[in-house]
Parts: sequence; structure tokens; C-alpha cells
Amino acid sequence: MIPELGHFALVVALLVALVQASVPMWGAARNDMALMAVARPAAMLTAALVAFAFGCLAYAFVTSDFSVLNVAEHSYSTLPTRYKFAATWGSHEGSLLLWVLMLSGWACAVAIASRNLPEAFAARVLAVMGFIAAGFLMFLLFTSNPFARLLPAALEGSDLNPLLQDPGMVVHPPMLYMGYVGFSVAFAFAIAALIGGRLDASWARWSRPWTTLAWCFLTIGIALGSAWAYYTLGWGGWWFWDPVENASFMPWLVGTALIHSLAVTEKRGTFRSWTVLLAIVAFSLSLLGTFLVRSGVLTSVHAFATDPARGVYVLAFLVVVVGGSLALFAWRAGAVGGGASFAPLSRESMLLANNILLVVAMASVLLGTLYPLILDTFDAGKISVGPPYFQAVFVPAMAPLVFLMGLGPVAAWRKAELPALWIRVRWAFGVALVTALLLPLTLGSYRPLVAFALFLALWVATSTVAMVVQRLRGAPQRGLAAKLRANSAAWYGMLVAHVGIAVFIVGVTMVRSYEVERDVRMDIDQAVRVGDYDFTFRGVVPAPGPNYKALVGTIDVSRNGRLVRTLHPQKRVFDASGQTMTEAAIATRIRGDLYVSLGEPVAENGAWGVRVYIKPFVDWIWVGAFIMALGGFIAIGDRRYRIAVKARVAALAARAAA
Amino acid sequence: MKSAWRWSLPFLVFAALAVFLYTGLFRDPREVPSPLIGKPAPAFALRDLHEPGRTFGTTDMRGQVWLLNVWASWCESCRIEHPLLVDLARQKIVPIVGLDYKDKDDLGKKWLADRGNPYSVSIVDGDGRVGIDWGVYGVPETFVVDKEGIIRYKQIGPVNADVLAKTIVPLVRRLQQS
Repeated sequence: MIPELGHFALVVALLVALVQASVPMWGAARNDMALMAVARPAAMLTAALVAFAFGCLAYAFVTSDFSVLNVAEHSYSTLPTRYKFAATWGSHEGSLLLWVLMLSGWACAVAIASRNLPEAFAARVLAVMGFIAAGFLMFLLFTSNPFARLLPAALEGSDLNPLLQDPGMVVHPPMLYMGYVGFSVAFAFAIAALIGGRLDASWARWSRPWTTLAWCFLTIGIALGSAWAYYTLGWGGWWFWDPVENASFMPWLVGTALIHSLAVTEKRGTFRSWTVLLAIVAFSLSLLGTFLVRSGVLTSVHAFATDPARGVYVLAFLVVVVGGSLALFAWRAGAVGGGASFAPLSRESMLLANNILLVVAMASVLLGTLYPLILDTFDAGKISVGPPYFQAVFVPAMAPLVFLMGLGPVAAWRKAELPALWIRVRWAFGVALVTALLLPLTLGSYRPLVAFALFLALWVATSTVAMVVQRLRGAPQRGLAAKLRANSAAWYGMLVAHVGIAVFIVGVTMVRSYEVERDVRMDIDQAVRVGDYDFTFRGVVPAPGPNYKALVGTIDVSRNGRLVRTLHPQKRVFDASGQTMTEAAIATRIRGDLYVSLGEPVAENGAWGVRVYIKPFVDWIWVGAFIMALGGFIAIGDRRYRIAVKARVAALAARAAA
Repeated sequence: MKSAWRWSLPFLVFAALAVFLYTGLFRDPREVPSPLIGKPAPAFALRDLHEPGRTFGTTDMRGQVWLLNVWASWCESCRIEHPLLVDLARQKIVPIVGLDYKDKDDLGKKWLADRGNPYSVSIVDGDGRVGIDWGVYGVPETFVVDKEGIIRYKQIGPVNADVLAKTIVPLVRRLQQS
């Protein structure tokens, strides 16, 4: 009964979403307040219905209702409850439902928080979001019903893919989708502005917190996915340039560009049509990612559910939404106008360079991702593009970008003077340069590229410190606390996010240059020395698990004869599928990880193949990403946006009192 | 007019992209041709299944067109193609070398005794090393090798009557004449 209720809720949600997509749009065109007023309740109702449907599916999973096909195919009676719940989005159908849940949730949030927006504008924004929700609800209902029944019911499920039975599965997809889908808000704002012909500073101010919020979630989602891959795949990589990773990374790159370009549009009124285009492109790339993952046009470790009929549907929808909005852009953007002019050396020009570099980086990732497809279309052979391509094109685009991060925030708007700029950054530059040249001397082998990368990271950090010091010294207020309060949260957020980049660069550089990887055959009580550490293999014993049987290895790690850590890597054989999974054991320290994973048994006497890795500073990669997201959250707390919220709360209170 | 083009550029780029995505939908990315096609066949010298003292290598086939069929007694779909191979051998069009892949000798011999032996030579790749050189990733697989020892064609999975009649036999004939 409950699955049928969920199915029914989705059908009603589709009808409501269609109303949400059409009536307010029509009302905005006719300037009819009554029709426009439909938008908010419709958006909230869609969200409630989709949330209800999602709850029904989650209930079927948690109670192991194997009369639902989706549950029978992706769950198992002894699966731990948290993974039963996470299995709700472990299938194609379930992950699409999560997608729609996020989308309607964002629309609901906009409906609640848009009281200070002009009625016509809010109505159009919600209508655009309703249109996208309707498209995806149709996709769900017509090609991928998550509530399809299996009669007679299966006695036992065929289990969730063992690869997905991990805490990462509980947090990574919701975070990623939250970010991915969150760009739909900026997209809807852009489309509404194009339709209404109003593209000004206030439009940018409204878009900014939403865009930043989505970007924060996307940053966290990508970082979680990367950390998950690192400890679960058993070979210690943290980024593979896999098509699906790229699919989430491209919106991130454009979203980053969008955040910066929105800042220019809000502060200076320039870059307007460019900003609109970025908002459209960021969400289009999210849709493209969905298409790539869900259609199977590219092979990938993530594309576990593929079907050409679904691909055709998503592509058709992609063409309607992206093609339609780019056509609208072509038609209306010319009327938007340029805005204030700026000198070749100014904060605007540096932010423009930032945008160009980010978009070039995105384009090169897109090309690398689709290149196999394009070649295949011309019958030029089947190839796959590997990490060497991506590293070769990506790093050169990022290096100047990172360098600009130290300069841009201190440069004056409109026109900056080189001598003044130099005076402000010379200390930061000098300290970063000298430290970067000397630091690699302490790391064993000296490598110029390491020094260069460390210089970039240090430069971001030192220029940030210089900026804070100068800003505080120049502030007219008395007392440190007052001086600190004088700056906006957005400014602090920006600094924190930039420091996150510096931390990230340190992690990437160190792990790439100084990691040690050894794949060795180990007899019982045999030791191998990797770096400064001795790893002694103590054998492998079987151990039970909830829905798997494990083989648990024991490896003592010692340094200078003193035991530092005992690690227990596992091999798990899952009951339902018989699939084997590797669980690496990792000792995390600030200076990096000791990483051990089991290969295969190699002899009858208990000897195993063991992978022993030392990953210096690898955790800085994810810590850096979380610092970036933290910066974003700080920026959202800015007073400019809070004032709007306060006004809104006051208005609501007044209405409630009346 | 010039500026109209400028604003339309994103749309045009997307339109081109959509065409690629559409055509890509109907192609199977997993259908990977062997990178070895057009390249010299990886050399091997392997033990004969029936006469363990004898070894047989790629050099023994120099100057003639031949097929290498990778099979195993544990392989279900090998049973499907086997009668076709026996039939092909009877027509004496082309010598077929059988590579018994990751198999036990007695099981392999019994399999051939039960089902007929289409192979002019049977060799053993017990640990699958030669299979790795030849890029074998599914059994059965069939390679066509020309007189110069160049791989000209690779069939992944069982051969069927259609592939034999339309692709493999015409290719063999053409290579034999050159």
C-alpha cells in the first residue's frame, strides 16, 4: 500500500509542478497578481509531495519490502539499516528521485525566502524550477518508476552493490546532488531576469547567496566522493578524471567562475550578460552530467545503471532546457548592455582573467570527457583519455589563476596602479618566494616543480595575511575587535576559501611528489621498510560481518624499532553477490597517511600480496576543500543578506499578528 | 549582425554538442576493437596439448594465413561456437590453432575427444600469460593472422555462422591471395 501511495504522490507532484511551471509564468506576462500568487504554494506542495514519495521509498527500503522491484534489486535483509536507507538512492530510479527531491527542496526554499523579491520575478523563478521538476518527474514516472512492484515478492534481495556499502554512500550523494541541483536556483534567476529584461545589481545580489550555498554543498560533495574513493578502492588514488567525476567537477569550475562574476555584477554592474551565461552554463553542465551518468554514452565506474531509452529522454529534456535557455540568451542578452568600463589593470580585469581561466579549464575537461565520444562519432576509433591529458591541460590553466588570487583582492576596482599594488604585496611575495625555494631542501630530493607549487600555495597564504594586516591597520575604528567587525563576512569568507585553495595545493603537491607505493609479497612476520617505517605482516584471520564474511589482516607499523600503530586492512566477501571488496586500513596523521590494503593470498602458507603506501599530506586535499566550503558558508552569513532576512521575518511576524 | 552572432555562439556550440551526444547514444562504448589489429601477433612458444614434449610457436605459421581460437573446457559459450569450428576445419579453408586457456590438460583433451577436434595444433596457456599478451579478456576469442604474422581481425565472444560466412572466411581468402 505504502509504495502505491508514494507512486500516487509522484503523479500528483507532476500535476502540481505543471501548474507551477505554467500559471505563474502566464501571470507574470499578464501582470496578474492572483495567477502569480500560485507560484509559492505550488512550489511548497510539490516539495511536500516529492518528500512524501521519497519517504515512502525509504520506508520500503528500511523495512525490506522485497515486493518492490527496486528494493529487491538493491537491498538485502541483513544489510545494516543505515545502508538500507542509503540504498534508497543506490539505484537509477532512487537517485533520480533524490535529484527531484533536492530540486523541489531548493524551489521550496526559494518560495519561503523570496518574499522581498518583486512578485513577477519570483513567479518566473519558481515557474522555471517547476518546469525542470516536471521534466524530471515525467522521466521518473514514464521510464524509471521507483515503486514498480515485483509479484510474487522476492524472498531475499540481491543486495546493494558492495562498493556502495560505505558511510560515504550515506553522505556523498545527498551533498553532491544538493550542490549539483542547487545551481538550478541561479539558473532560474538568470532565466527569469532574461525574460523580465531586468538584469542589474539587485539581480546579482539575490543570486549570490543561493549560488554560493550550492557551490559549498558541491565542494563538500566532491571532496567526500574523493575521500571515499581514496579509502575504498584500495589503490590510494583520490581523483581519477573519470567521466562522472568530471561531470561533477565541470559545474564546480563554472560555479566558481559564476560566484566571482556575480560579485563584479553586483559591485560594478559589469559582466552582466557574461554572468547570465555562466549561470545558464553551470546548471546545463549539471544536466549534462546527469545525462552522461544516466545514459551510458561513456563508460565509467559510476555508470552502474544505463539504458538508451532513458538516454534519449534525458537528452531531449537537455535540448529543451539548455537549447531553450541559450536561444533565449541569444535573443535577449544583446539588450542587457555592458556596464561600467574598466582599465586593463584593475580588479575587474583580474576577475575577468579568473573567469576565462576557469572556463578554459572547464572546456578542457569537457573536451577530454567527450573526446572519445566525438572520435567515435567520426568512426575514428575508440579511445579513452587518461589522467595525463587532464593534468597536462588543467595545471597550466590553474597556476596563473592561483597567482591572481593573491593580487585580485588587493587591486582597486576600475583602475589599479602597478606601483601601489607592488607595495601592498611585496612582503607577501618575498616571504612566499624565499620559503618556497628553501622548503623543498628539507624534503629530501629537491624538485623545482614542487618549489613552484609550494610558492603558489604560500603566496595565497601570505598575501591573505598581508591583506588582513593592511585592512586592520587602515581601519579607522579603535581596538582590534572593532576593527575586525568593520569588515564584511563576505570578505572574510573569500579569504578563508582562498586559504582552503592553498591548503589543497599543498596536499596535491606533496602527495604527488613524495608518495611511496610498494606492492609486496609478505610472509607471516616478514617486515618491509617503506620510507622511515617498518611494516610487519602478522597474518590474516577470518571474521564475521553483518552481510559479508571478512578476512582481517594485521600489520604492525613501527619506526626506529618502536611500535607506532597496528593496522587491520580487510577483504570482504559479500553473501548475496559473492563480490569481494577491499577495505584499506589507514593511519592518518597531520603529515600524511600510512595506507595498507590487502591484495591476494599468494601461497598456501599464509603469505599475501600487500600494498603499502605512504601518502604525505594527502588529507590536506580534503581539509582544503572543507575550508573552501567553510569560506562559502561564512560569506552567506554576510549582513547584506541578513538584513533582507530580518526584514522578511519582521514582515511575516506583522502578517501573523494581523 | 555581427553582435547577433556573438550572442548565438553558446547556442550553436550546444547544438553541435547535442548532435554528438545523440549519435553517441546508439553506440556501445564497451565494444572496443583490439589495439592489436594491424600489429604483429605477439610471439609465443607453447607446449602442445597432445604431445607435451613438443612446443609450437607463432614462427611455425609464418607464410600462411591462420586463425587463433582461444577456448577452454570451462567456457560455456565455447560450446556454442565449437560445431562451427569443426565444420570450418572440415572444409580445409584455413588452419585453426587452438589455445586452451587457463585449463587442465586432461579436461581439455576430453573436451576435444567428445566434441571433435577442429584444430591443426592445440597449445596450452595454463597460466594465461600469452592470453594477456594477446589482450584476451573474454573466452572464446578468435584472431585472424596473415602471412606476415600481422593480426587482421579479432572476434570477441563466440563466432556465429554469419560472422564466419560474411567476415572471417572472405577475409581469409583475400589474405591468402595477397
